[in-house]
Amino acid sequence: MHELGVTQSLLEIATRHAEQAGATRITRLSLVVGELTSIVDDSVQFYWDLIAAGTLAEGAMLEFRRVPATLRCANCAHEFPLSHDRYVCPRCESSRITVAGGEEFYLESIDVDLPAPV
Amino acid sequence: MPNIPIVETILNVNDQLAEQNRRIFDQAGVLALNVMASPGGGKTSTIGRIIDALRDEARIGVMDGDIVAIDLEGFAAQGIPVSLINTGGNCHLDANMVHSALPSMDLSALDLLIIENVGNLICPAAFKLGSHINVVIASVPEGADKPYKYPAMFRGADVLLLNKMDLAEYMEFDVAYFRHGVEVLNPGLTFFPISCRTGEGLGDLAAWLRLRLAEKAQARG
Ligand SMILES: Nc1nc2c(ncn2[C@@H]2O[C@H](COP(=O)(O)OP(=O)(O)OP(=O)(O)O)[C@@H](O)[C@H]2O)c(=O)[nH]1
Ligand SMILES: [Mg+2]
Ligand SMILES: [Zn+2]
Repeated sequence: MHELGVTQSLLEIATRHAEQAGATRITRLSLVVGELTSIVDDSVQFYWDLIAAGTLAEGAMLEFRRVPATLRCANCAHEFPLSHDRYVCPRCESSRITVAGGEEFYLESIDVDLPAPV
Repeated sequence: MPNIPIVETILNVNDQLAEQNRRIFDQAGVLALNVMASPGGGKTSTIGRIIDALRDEARIGVMDGDIVAIDLEGFAAQGIPVSLINTGGNCHLDANMVHSALPSMDLSALDLLIIENVGNLICPAAFKLGSHINVVIASVPEGADKPYKYPAMFRGADVLLLNKMDLAEYMEFDVAYFRHGVEVLNPGLTFFPISCRTGEGLGDLAAWLRLRLAEKAQARG
């Protein structure tokens, strides 16, 4: 349910770039998904199979690169994975912490077929 | 096989619809709140308290994403315009559901539209409605660890209420632990500890909302 809307956007971005490059087919999409986005890979895949049918991207493989949620210490700049019970720097015990990563959600690249040179 | 680098953020079509809702609210000069909490966290009680505090100064309407209209009937009986948003049993509201419910509410007759989201701390965080203010309500009996378990919800809040403060003495609620989690996720977030039972903190909340309403009225000119 949650992933239908993003899957439509994904197809739009991929086909726009493929058409610009004159590609005949998209064979693979490399996605970067932060842990804090609550995007579920399997659901994207499910909608993708429905939505991509009959387009340049039909049958293309989705490859998900997961980025863990990370925090950064404002005191010693140490970066560490978000734990779900304690937001304290494991190196210096400071509690001046901010979110450093885990909210990304973007299409990194696509693999395409180009027409054979004439 | 040729690889085309892209690096383009994937948007949710929901976000585009939410922007459309926002424009509709702005054109009508209405301040819209999206009230989110766990089931039973106190969404309806808080909305009732806000209505009591502000109804003489502002024209208020309520939309509720629920399966049954019980929560709304009390407000309707007080003469508050209400609208049930059909969620079809869904776990969150989205911009399209709100959009579909808009014709049932005369926005031009309102200053403040309060939307009660479905009781859930996960899914509503991912769906903008077009509201101006995301109100997140945590409540004492749920425990102080909620910011750590549901970071996205607390990160997206514009104002945070900690409800059921009347129960704090029985629950040993660790306010410092709770607030630290929130501060990491959402530095400087406006925070009101409240009790819909005793009325604690509700005057401060009402004063804050009054300022937001005044800003909106000023923007309207
Ligand atoms: N002790 C205490 N109980 C409260 C307080 N606020 C709400 N309640 C009670 O908590 C229960 C749930 O409150 P509601 O306002 O219906 O919560 P809700 O978030 O709208 O619930 P759903 O719409 O079912 O998800 C009710 O029994 C309220 O009387 C409070 O500040 N203190
Ligand atoms: Mg309710
Ligand atoms: Zn540190």
